[in-house]
Amino acid sequence: MTNLFNYIPKDSPVHKLTGATKLAALLLLSFASMTTFDTRFLAGITILTFIMFGVSKIRFREVKALLWFTFVFMVLNNLLIYLFEPEQGVMLYGARHEICRLFGRYTLTQEQLFYHLNVILKYLCMIPLVILFVSTTNPSEFAASLNRIGVNYKICYAVSLALRYIPDIQREYHDISISLQARGVEMTKKEKLFKRLKNIVTILFPLIITSMARIETVSNAMELRSFGKNKKRTWYEARPFLPADIAVIVVSALLLVLSISLNFVNGGRFYNPFV
Amino acid sequence: MKKEPVIQFEHFGFKYDAQIEPTLYDINLSVYPGEKILIAGPSGSGKSTLAHCINGLIPFSYYGDATGSLRLNGKETRDMSLFEISKTVGTVLQDSDAQFVGLTVAEDIAFALENDCVPHSEMLERVAEAAATVGVPSVLSHAPHELSGGQKQRVSLAGVIINDVQVLLFDEPLANLDPSTGKTAIELIDDIHRQTNAAVIIIEHRIEDVLHRDVDRIVIVNDGRIVADLPPNEILCSDVLKNCGLREPLYITALKYAGVQITPDMLPQHIEDIVLNENAKALVSDWFENTPPAEQPAKGPVMFQAEHIRFSYANGHEAIRDVSFTVHRGEIMCIIGQNGAGKSTFSKLICGFETPQEGTMLLEGTDISPLSIKERAEHIGYVMQDPNQMISKTMIREEVGLALELDGLPREEIDRIVNDTLKVCGLYPFRNWPVSALSFGQKKRVTVASILSMNPEIVILDEPTAGQDFRHYTEIMEFLLELNRKGVTIIMITHDMHLMLEYAPRAVVFTDGKILCDDTPANILTNPELVKAASLKETSLFTLAVRCGLSDPRQFVQRFIDYDRRVREK
Repeated sequence: MTNLFNYIPKDSPVHKLTGATKLAALLLLSFASMTTFDTRFLAGITILTFIMFGVSKIRFREVKALLWFTFVFMVLNNLLIYLFEPEQGVMLYGARHEICRLFGRYTLTQEQLFYHLNVILKYLCMIPLVILFVSTTNPSEFAASLNRIGVNYKICYAVSLALRYIPDIQREYHDISISLQARGVEMTKKEKLFKRLKNIVTILFPLIITSMARIETVSNAMELRSFGKNKKRTWYEARPFLPADIAVIVVSALLLVLSISLNFVNGGRFYNPFV
Repeated sequence: MKKEPVIQFEHFGFKYDAQIEPTLYDINLSVYPGEKILIAGPSGSGKSTLAHCINGLIPFSYYGDATGSLRLNGKETRDMSLFEISKTVGTVLQDSDAQFVGLTVAEDIAFALENDCVPHSEMLERVAEAAATVGVPSVLSHAPHELSGGQKQRVSLAGVIINDVQVLLFDEPLANLDPSTGKTAIELIDDIHRQTNAAVIIIEHRIEDVLHRDVDRIVIVNDGRIVADLPPNEILCSDVLKNCGLREPLYITALKYAGVQITPDMLPQHIEDIVLNENAKALVSDWFENTPPAEQPAKGPVMFQAEHIRFSYANGHEAIRDVSFTVHRGEIMCIIGQNGAGKSTFSKLICGFETPQEGTMLLEGTDISPLSIKERAEHIGYVMQDPNQMISKTMIREEVGLALELDGLPREEIDRIVNDTLKVCGLYPFRNWPVSALSFGQKKRVTVASILSMNPEIVILDEPTAGQDFRHYTEIMEFLLELNRKGVTIIMITHDMHLMLEYAPRAVVFTDGKILCDDTPANILTNPELVKAASLKETSLFTLAVRCGLSDPRQFVQRFIDYDRRVREK
């Protein structure tokens, strides 16, 4: 069973950073690359994240599913932009260098291609960041780090528990689905879409009943071990901040400052090589 | 040792808000520091409610009206908080799988400390210590699903003793464990008891298995009242277990059948130590000589054949290695073996839920590999362990008729089959009830009925009696036996040695993806090497026969089972 969000334990400098550091870096860098369309900046961040990817020892094939998913999304996104606004680039950059004419109102311009390059770069710097975060952060440590940045620990624990139970529920769904298939509830493509959706609801009923029972057991188990007793709690997986953590946060913060100041230097969100 | 009791119930009663009748009446019970007691009772007797009162889930998570007094170290629990109570009483819940809250073993053990804001460095130390005490130091970084059932239980225990509690409460610790792991669990509880000197309370209905190690007292709960509170040697001499629908240790029943008068000074608590004088031995021997062996049922023609089956999961784990296996028409048989030995995987292969990489399967001589899951289910039905996982309709009729409905049979035809099936399963009086109104055992019947409506020749049941007390166990098994008499071939996957001894003339033992042995249960359970290799547990009947110096201990086990059947059928 492929699990989209999967922690992959390895021994690497990226894994050794605390969850809080990685979460902060993720937030700072995403914000930095969201605020600007400066091509040089985006290219820089992209190179940086790919280097981090290398350092983390996570192999691309280990996160294949997620990569494919985002690749398809990226292609789709670009196609749609071009279909609906083939002159978007011309509008943004205020110049028009035509390369060739396709059909109807669709022409290919340097400006449009440059704009698409920017969109692709945004994907290329953001996606590896997110993948890096989920695959190098132990979910419990993630809960601990959410708590550290000020989120209530009960919510943090709910997140961590959800991650803990996803594989169990997937397994249970599989078992229930097979036992119902044996009674003639068709789940494969042989059945019409509407009927199939109705059949999935048939599986959900036992799944919900058993999950409710599980929730009762877990909440009893947690309360019997003092969960919710104090306003705060400590975390077994918590790790102290090391110099590397501080360095990562400082660099990320500086990049955000750079990104914001580029908006002023360029007089807008775009870097314009055309005028 | 006239110390102050840790736990003291005085004229205590409890009624759940959602119920009309109280669940507990006039409970008087004291537990002293360092004691070890077993609380036993049939399902619905109130023993779980009693446990919830002790650990504080009542009144803090389950609401209701309590009367009388319940004091923990002299303090009324209703004036305390759940957290305060859990500092004194540590609970190991029944389902160690579901109560695992940490993503790793270490975190789960540390959970209580985390909530108590214990500093990180101290936490690491105490976790390591607790893990060493229960014997799981090497798996600290593992995820829960990588552990075996026994290891999970050890981890749960570590998470509780880390708090230096005064009372350890075990809620059905033997459920879901294979026989040999269960035996180890009882030994572990005993060791922890000695080391920590906490009072230990075990809630369990499998009395013989708990008595593998000494307990100070047995408290019997029935219909919401304590009906006995005595040392085990005295309880075993009375008929209170039988009268409450609980199972006596088998050797005790055998001695009673033989006409031996059991007295407390015989120390009947353990089969190894029970004092048997020449007179008692002679009685057992006479009984053995005078009890005729039952006739073995003749084998029907071969119905199902699996040949050289091999199967590996996608992750490369080789679950079934070259298994060949035959089922005869009208047979009733058990598949046994440790968790992970391949029993469930093999049944899934038979039902077509998974596809083997090698080998053939023949039903009545026809290859069934081309059949779909549904087509196979019309011949071989599969009943899952937890009925809640199977029931997807709210009304009994709809649930039982689901497969027929989907097959598009005419209404009258469906009604006829559903009515017939409900009658066979003893559910006809409830035919228009919602499923939610049924007890666990009745739900189990509904799931069996929903499979039977497809009229399969073979029914495979996964742990048909898991978590059931002796009375419900007997009900379910007699029902299956009745179905078997009507011609349904029955295969059961089980950990329950009693079930296999009492109901299956044949058992197949799986270890490590292979069939280790295919024989009668009496022969399997009296073969020490087999018992060890397959993590089973020797039956106390065998030990009794050996201790009485009988010439053929195996025959003794078989004759006891046959005789016991006849007695119970009356």
